[in-house]
Amino acid sequence: MVTINVDMDKCQHYGQCCFEAEDVFHLDDDGKLKYTKEVGDDRLADVESAADVCPMQAISFELS
Amino acid sequence: MTSGQVVVVGAGLGGLRAAESLRGAGYDGHIVIVGDEPHRPYNRPPLSKEALAGGVSVEQLEFRRKASIDDVEWRLGSPVVSSDLTAQTVTLADGSVLPFDGLVVASGIRPRALPIPGPEKGRYFLRTAQDAAGVREYLVPGARVVIMGAGFIGCEVAATAVGLGATVHVVALDEEPMIRPLGRELGAGMRRRHEAKGVTFHLGHTISEFLGEDHVVGARLDDGTVLNADVVIEAVGSVANTEWLEGNGLDLSDGLLVDDGMRVIDAPCPMVAVGDLARHPNALFPGPARRIEHWNMPTETGKRAGATLGAILSGQEPATAPFTAMPSFWSDQYKHKVQSFGMPGIANRITLVDGDVDGPCIVEYLDDTGLVGVVGIDRTSELAPYRARLLERARG
Repeated sequence: MVTINVDMDKCQHYGQCCFEAEDVFHLDDDGKLKYTKEVGDDRLADVESAADVCPMQAISFELS
Repeated sequence: MTSGQVVVVGAGLGGLRAAESLRGAGYDGHIVIVGDEPHRPYNRPPLSKEALAGGVSVEQLEFRRKASIDDVEWRLGSPVVSSDLTAQTVTLADGSVLPFDGLVVASGIRPRALPIPGPEKGRYFLRTAQDAAGVREYLVPGARVVIMGAGFIGCEVAATAVGLGATVHVVALDEEPMIRPLGRELGAGMRRRHEAKGVTFHLGHTISEFLGEDHVVGARLDDGTVLNADVVIEAVGSVANTEWLEGNGLDLSDGLLVDDGMRVIDAPCPMVAVGDLARHPNALFPGPARRIEHWNMPTETGKRAGATLGAILSGQEPATAPFTAMPSFWSDQYKHKVQSFGMPGIANRITLVDGDVDGPCIVEYLDDTGLVGVVGIDRTSELAPYRARLLERARG
């Protein structure tokens, strides 16, 4: 499993992560970021890309 | 498999991503990352916003680094001063000479310095954590701040300074703030947001002289107006840090020209360039190769460049697929979020498609080929369809 955490104090809801892993991150109708906290190992590369492109560097993750 | 050494000149985001990508491509030789600042790669956009407002240290701004580059050698605080691309060496300010098999040019840009007479003290750029720490000292309630330049950095600093209780004047030759990326109408809308918060703009003007003996106390504009100032921030564009490449026969007039794989054109050795200084083609936006100083480009170009250099150093042909990264910028000013995809700056027609420029809105930027960019203000979650339309351009 890949465990994902978004620091919501840092997150500015730009949604760049959504373009890298749209099944994991999305903006709701109010423009607020929602995300899945645990995904399969096969999503690791895309989660890593999402963390890379976050302007606020708010996304962390770990393999467990 | 491989051996030898890759030198990455520049310890910013582009250098970091290139090194990670080089490892991802299977390169297992030695990697040295050289940086002029004493810090590992850190995130710069907060320097004009929350880090300037206070409370964020450079350590908190450091990028997460992939485990694959745990073994790289960091040479920080000693910039590269020269290079010999035929002998394949770079020379650092401390005199040491580093040989390389492959070179990553990631030395980035620096703020443009205009030759304006007057005292130096109290005048700042905003590029490094050290710059931000220097400016922050001045930003107390009642402080008089003069900002030269009405681009994104100038406007973000204005918003941050107002938030800290300062009185802010912005002086710029442009007709409206952020006019090149946003266009006149939306730029005017952003100006009115700033004016509503108390910012005074002096557009169409330049600063002809800084006043004061030792420390700046004011600025005289070209029409004679005198603005009192406790601190001045100069944010009038940038220049590429390529002086260390002089003498190698490369065209350094505007960064470094690269191909779709970020390989430097006409380089006599395995050499790639990334980030703000890489003048690269983009199949989404045909036309001349361009430098794009947006935050996401060091990552996009760095990933491509690492893969290219890794292939070259293992004797393979690098991938030749067209580069199609989507440029994107974003800005926070007061509570307003400005976000863009594409290249609005190359448009010749601008259309407001939803809202109005003084409130939440979406603006399309077009040229003769169709949509080339979109900007949303406080409409972030609605921009995805526009981004998708821009990506369609790759399919012609």
